[in-house]
Amino acid sequence: MSADHLPEHPDFLWRNPEPKASYDAVIVGGGGHGLATAYFLAKNHGMTNIAVLEKGWLAGGNMARNTTIIRSNYLWDESAAIYEHALKLWEILPEELEYDFLFSQRGVMNLAHTLGDVRESIRRVGANKLNGVDAEWLDPQQVKELCPILNISDNIRYPVMGATYQPRAGIAKHDHVAWAFARKCDELGVDIIQNCEVTGFLKDGNRVVGVKTNQGTIHTEKVGLAAAGHSSVLAEMAGFRLPIQSHPLQALVSELHEPVHPTVVMSNHVHVYVSQAHKGELVMGAGVDSYNGYGQRGSFHVIEHQMAAAVELFPIFARAHVLRTWGGIVDTTMDASPIVGLSPVENMFVNCGWGTGGFKGTPAAGLTFAHTIATGTPHELNKPFSLERFETGALIDEHGAAAVAH
Amino acid sequence: MLLISCPNCGPRDETEFHYGGQAHVAYPENPDALTDRQWAEYLFYRDNTKGAFAERWVHSTGCRQWFNMLRDTVSYDIQAIYKMGEPRPDVNTSAATTPEGATK
Repeated sequence: MSADHLPEHPDFLWRNPEPKASYDAVIVGGGGHGLATAYFLAKNHGMTNIAVLEKGWLAGGNMARNTTIIRSNYLWDESAAIYEHALKLWEILPEELEYDFLFSQRGVMNLAHTLGDVRESIRRVGANKLNGVDAEWLDPQQVKELCPILNISDNIRYPVMGATYQPRAGIAKHDHVAWAFARKCDELGVDIIQNCEVTGFLKDGNRVVGVKTNQGTIHTEKVGLAAAGHSSVLAEMAGFRLPIQSHPLQALVSELHEPVHPTVVMSNHVHVYVSQAHKGELVMGAGVDSYNGYGQRGSFHVIEHQMAAAVELFPIFARAHVLRTWGGIVDTTMDASPIVGLSPVENMFVNCGWGTGGFKGTPAAGLTFAHTIATGTPHELNKPFSLERFETGALIDEHGAAAVAH
Repeated sequence: MLLISCPNCGPRDETEFHYGGQAHVAYPENPDALTDRQWAEYLFYRDNTKGAFAERWVHSTGCRQWFNMLRDTVSYDIQAIYKMGEPRPDVNTSAATTPEGATK
């Protein structure tokens, strides 16, 4: 077919402007969090003379690589508050952004396989209810009713002893989420600048006054870092350290199948999480590769392990084929909770440390980070997630407590 | 999968090893004299280098000995393997010689 017969290219959702010499604020990182931050800066704080700088293509990092799970069933009050706020935003954003990004509240199940799991899960259900997060405890029969393809027999290495269930949780189409935010940002006047890599910062004493990039120097009054796995690299350029380790996190999809999997199933103990994308692929992920890495790929034994877990839980997957695997770089903290707040550099703000679970937090990260950048003080929701907590000891330890593997 | 040359056992699959994070982090000499900031640095802050990174590994299912490794965190190339207590070797990243068996 010659090019003459190709349909017209659809309208672009955002402009591709040249960077201006200065902005009121610059967001580094054009993923979900950076775009959401720019959106809320423009919408809630009237800051429209701002730019989002993306070193690659828009939403081509972890935003393109996550397994799209959205839930808010975290144990601790601080986490439940911010993730539940995110979930409430997910519920209204398709209308607000005028973009159906296929947010599907099909529920998320977190399986329990040991007595310890059972006790921890029931405790978490109680904590969730007290925090206004929908949660219930399911026995194995109820698990089977909700997800008939799950193997609940006693003849597997780690039988299913029950599950927590959050009906309002689910999945969304990650690319479309990014495009929805990008289009609105653009409409509000935000400049989204792709292929623009930050190479350094301009400082006046301890105050940031500009950003050096491969597309020239940009002066600005405020800088927000939303660069996930590369946060430490940017912090080093700015002259401070972050308590973050970057690890590869891998995921995979099968080829397309008829709908077989009606919900989202996560198992911390045998370590896999599975859903079925709208298009039909089985989408799976598990834990990070143990070593530090910036390579956007990991070791195959990690994939092998999660597929073994998936096949034990879902015997019919044994006949499915892997279509592709990939990796992203996740920014993990020691307490498995994010850092959203001020930095040691004046007028520079950090949003990082979301580790393996940043996608679900996208709207709340954007809302609270925008508030922090605009006002210079944290929002009520991100106040506990400050960098200082590593000095004060007020950690928000979601390791193991958050229902899932980090 | 990394192929790691254990200094005692030779080249083995990565699955035989466990990761120990950044190498050469000494326990504070006077713990009771540290400020909260210094404690935070010791407990929670580690280098997160993009490039050549000195890290610890233990051969859990072999000799069970710890050792150090210099590895590129982007290419994952192993540039040097050396014993605990030895200083970080001066390896020229661009012309690094890969120890026998210590390939990707």
